Amino acid sequence: MVHHLMPHDLYNVWIYLQSGPQLGLIITLLVWQGAVWLDRRTRHAAWSNPIMVSIAVLAAILLITHTSYHAYFRGGQYVQFLLGPATVALAVPMYANLATMRRNLIPILVALVAGSVTASVSAMMIVHWLGAPRDVVISIAPKSVTTPIAMGIAQDLGGIPSLTAVFVLMTGVFGGLVCLPLFKALRITDRRAQGLAGGTGAHGLATARLLLESETAGAFGGLAIGLNGLVTAILAPILIRFLGF
Amino acid sequence: MIGAITLLLVCQLIGTIIAHAAGWPIPGPVLGLVLMLIWLIIRRGPSEPMQATSQTLLRNLGLLFVPAGVGIVNELGVLRANALAVAIAIPVSTLLALGVTGALMQFLARGER
Repeated sequence: MVHHLMPHDLYNVWIYLQSGPQLGLIITLLVWQGAVWLDRRTRHAAWSNPIMVSIAVLAAILLITHTSYHAYFRGGQYVQFLLGPATVALAVPMYANLATMRRNLIPILVALVAGSVTASVSAMMIVHWLGAPRDVVISIAPKSVTTPIAMGIAQDLGGIPSLTAVFVLMTGVFGGLVCLPLFKALRITDRRAQGLAGGTGAHGLATARLLLESETAGAFGGLAIGLNGLVTAILAPILIRFLGF
Repeated sequence: MIGAITLLLVCQLIGTIIAHAAGWPIPGPVLGLVLMLIWLIIRRGPSEPMQATSQTLLRNLGLLFVPAGVGIVNELGVLRANALAVAIAIPVSTLLALGVTGALMQFLARGER
């Protein structure tokens, strides 16, 4: 009797859990913990980036269990919600670098705006030339910006925010891998320039890589993440209209 | 900590209200960031709980990206259809942005400290 009832009861519990937020939330946290552990064990190897690993594992779990993203997001939204306050919190490291920023205000603004426009325009032009539809073109515009801001920009411009999240992630992983070799090849040795470039071109993932080399680079990277979010939010709609997308 | 989170959320809320009221295509949290920065300048620095809370949030920023990234399961079709375009656009535009920003900054900030 008990043997017959057990699977049925478990099934009911499963159905119950699937309809609520707990499962999506807990699995996100567990997978993240595992990915962070793996990253530590491999001494921060490029392939073991915890964000990439977590997304790959969770996406695989959803596909294998035939769970919809909608069902997963009932729990995932609670993690995602914190992106808003985290974006606001970027003001704290920005404030800490205010003095350095003031001394280099003009170079920072000029280099940052140039880098921001270069990133958006080149990405949009390339995917457009290679035949991508308008929503993909719009979604790639904020790809160098940190995820919470980039998704907000994509949403406001009529792009696909989750596609933007994927583009932002690809940019960050690629940027984190190539930034140091590229700076070496171009003889960019100034730590401030390295940080500003990393934060502008490939947001937090490049900045995290540069922070391992230099505190100054990390500080300028943090500054660039916030500023580039701001600059792209203002410029992207203008650029899109200007380019006729 | 609750006070700090409340302040962060209030900045975000006011930012969202301003962005919507003015019809600016700027995400609310970005304007919230600006408001927070102004608040920190007026206050001459963050309180200790704000310092700790923002550090905790930013140190675990990676986790907060994950649920959005999992949305890739809904975009596999779009990605596959535009695989070549994306595979070229992301590396090229990223290299260009890193190079342009870095070279310009190094050139313009030479001599400055």
